[in-house]
Amino acid sequence: MEKQMEEVLESIYQKSVAHGDNIITVLQNMQNELGYIQEEAVYWYSKRANIPASQFYGVATFYSQFHLNPRGKNIITVCSGTVCHVKGAQRIVSKLKEELKLKDKEQTTKDMNFTLENVNCVGACSIAPVVIVNEKVFGKQSPDKMVKNIKPYKE
Amino acid sequence: MNREITVNVCMGTGGIAAGGEQVMKALKQEFEAAGIKNAKIMENCKLHKVGCRGFCARDVLVDVTIDGETSTYQYIEEKMVKRLVQDHVVGGKPITEWLVGDDYHTFHEKQTKIVLHDLGKIDPESIDEYLGVDGYKAAQKVVAEMTPEEVIKTIKDSGLRGRGGGGFPAGVKWAFCAANESDQRYIICNADEGDPGAFMDRSVIEGNPHAVIEGMIIGAYAIGSSLGYVYIRAEYPLAVDRLHTALNAARERGYLGEKLFGTDFNFDIKVKLGAGAFVCGEETALIASIEGERGMPRAKPPFPANKGLWGKPTIINNVETFANVPPIINKGADWFASIGSEKSKGTKVIALTGKIRNTGLIEIPMGMTLKEIIYDIGGGIEGDKLFKAVQTGGPSGGCIPQQYIDLPVHYEGLQSVGSMMGSGGMVVLDETDCMVAIAKFFLTFTQEESCGKCVPCRIGTKRLLEILTRITEGEGRKGDIELLQQLAEDVRDSSLCGLGMSAPNPVISTIKYFRHEYEAHINQKKCPSKTCNKLLTFFIREHQCVGCGMCIRACAVNAITGEKKQPHHIDQDKCIKCGSCFDACKFNAVLKE
Repeated sequence: MEKQMEEVLESIYQKSVAHGDNIITVLQNMQNELGYIQEEAVYWYSKRANIPASQFYGVATFYSQFHLNPRGKNIITVCSGTVCHVKGAQRIVSKLKEELKLKDKEQTTKDMNFTLENVNCVGACSIAPVVIVNEKVFGKQSPDKMVKNIKPYKE
Repeated sequence: MNREITVNVCMGTGGIAAGGEQVMKALKQEFEAAGIKNAKIMENCKLHKVGCRGFCARDVLVDVTIDGETSTYQYIEEKMVKRLVQDHVVGGKPITEWLVGDDYHTFHEKQTKIVLHDLGKIDPESIDEYLGVDGYKAAQKVVAEMTPEEVIKTIKDSGLRGRGGGGFPAGVKWAFCAANESDQRYIICNADEGDPGAFMDRSVIEGNPHAVIEGMIIGAYAIGSSLGYVYIRAEYPLAVDRLHTALNAARERGYLGEKLFGTDFNFDIKVKLGAGAFVCGEETALIASIEGERGMPRAKPPFPANKGLWGKPTIINNVETFANVPPIINKGADWFASIGSEKSKGTKVIALTGKIRNTGLIEIPMGMTLKEIIYDIGGGIEGDKLFKAVQTGGPSGGCIPQQYIDLPVHYEGLQSVGSMMGSGGMVVLDETDCMVAIAKFFLTFTQEESCGKCVPCRIGTKRLLEILTRITEGEGRKGDIELLQQLAEDVRDSSLCGLGMSAPNPVISTIKYFRHEYEAHINQKKCPSKTCNKLLTFFIREHQCVGCGMCIRACAVNAITGEKKQPHHIDQDKCIKCGSCFDACKFNAVLKE
């Protein structure tokens, strides 16, 4: 394991001892620092803290916040709440998948530039359908509008 | 010239998404530019970040108040700011064509605001503004002058019921918890709002976080707790930020921490970020999640009020419930009990969304009819389509058809027609929404969110979804409706927690009121609302097609052919019925039947 990663994990460990952090908080910190939940990191931490790795995976696979695979540079989140759904969110997802050449359950493009995800509701129902690219919120979208909106992120 | 000028910009998530940040920035720039000519304007100017005021469909909303005269502008964009400042602030002439119309006032007049009273009026990041609207007065009164028993009695007498879904009387719950002998008791605020189509809790925390904190202090004093948690969705970054800001400010002023209000009462609040699991809205699952475990519910009893977080007596109430507490203490139980219906007291915050003119956050006295909500406050159906149903209670609720439009909205009313209050989401559906597809949508959600602990929910929701999917794809079989009904009842009756028990509601209610739509899908292989693409045929109306080629480019499987400026044609053998051509056509030439 790289020394840098070890240092990051050690500091998460020290913090967890000091604050009495639970597994969810440790995983949240890990993901914030490393981008996703890396197998190597989980096993290192499990040894360090003397907690079975299965406990980390039990939690990591339960909550939708945790990612077990690397994610793209730009995160496109399509809201799939009720209102977005009845106003055509699914058509936006289909179009974006086609545009980004994502097949079946693939979420991240081969060049690691985009990850396409959905979220249950962002609570901005008044401007449905809603798509969030990184931190920017796009309201009242259509499939074609969204194709245009992700263009600037392609470079 | 020494005028008092205040400008309020709506900066809830809706406001920000509509460009609130840019409007804010432009306002600051324009004021600076104008300030060169008249520096006194700048001195008196306060630019406020206000939380959600509910009328999200008109964002960005901007209030300009000059010497007490307020003008409210709607749909304000960055480029309009210059004229706004020049004409109105500098020139003193409001721009009438940008002002909100009468419907904005109707929208507000029909409502009764307790929880939302100060939203959109005070700066959520300033504790002084909250203090300015009698903030923390109720907490002070409770801690310094009342006994815990008196507090619990007041809440009991007010008739306040849990606003998170179940509607259990809050005061009774508090009394159960306080009755347990224990060295520690916990109080938890459930802000893990996970219903698709619900955003009331987020808006309350974004717009008035101190009210929730104050409610928790009062609850903590009543049950004898020294530590509370707010369990909040990590997907709500703005709400989380504002909550932290508010907690820090409250600690600095001594409203949280040790020896509150000069008494021996100690209480502090920690924030726990939810990691994204709908089932964590269930009390015992939420507790497991705070403890760092997989958020799976367990059998009740023991109830959390007896054995909750870390095995100690615990109270869990939702954001809106806590926000109701300070006003009840300030104005009295009788005042609160005088609002609402016989069994449901007070008001309910509702996220009114869907195919409706005025989407937004509203607060109504319990017992107002669906008709008043949808037509008077909501302004009726968008685009003059026909009303079909209103879905309440999110994935746990049901669809209510036209025949119950005069139904009063309170816990019992909604339950009597097979739906529920839930956390207060209300999604209006019009004639173009297919009810089978809606049931399928909610089952997709609950099936994904089922934690997998108990068999009826884990496998039952999966099977329900499979049957609904085949019906919407034209593979429906005779007997599917009866099978759905039977299975739905089994899942409802035998699941461990509220998620499984209520998951079949969308199926049961849509079959009950819209059985003919199911029958059309199964027997005639038709979708009456023209929503289920697999059951439709797409073709091009030659006389309306201008031959622009948009549909050709949109078609992923090259099923459309045609020369430029000549009518195009869809090859039905190649068509995969994705609907791209329908979306792409700007001339209404693509028809689906």
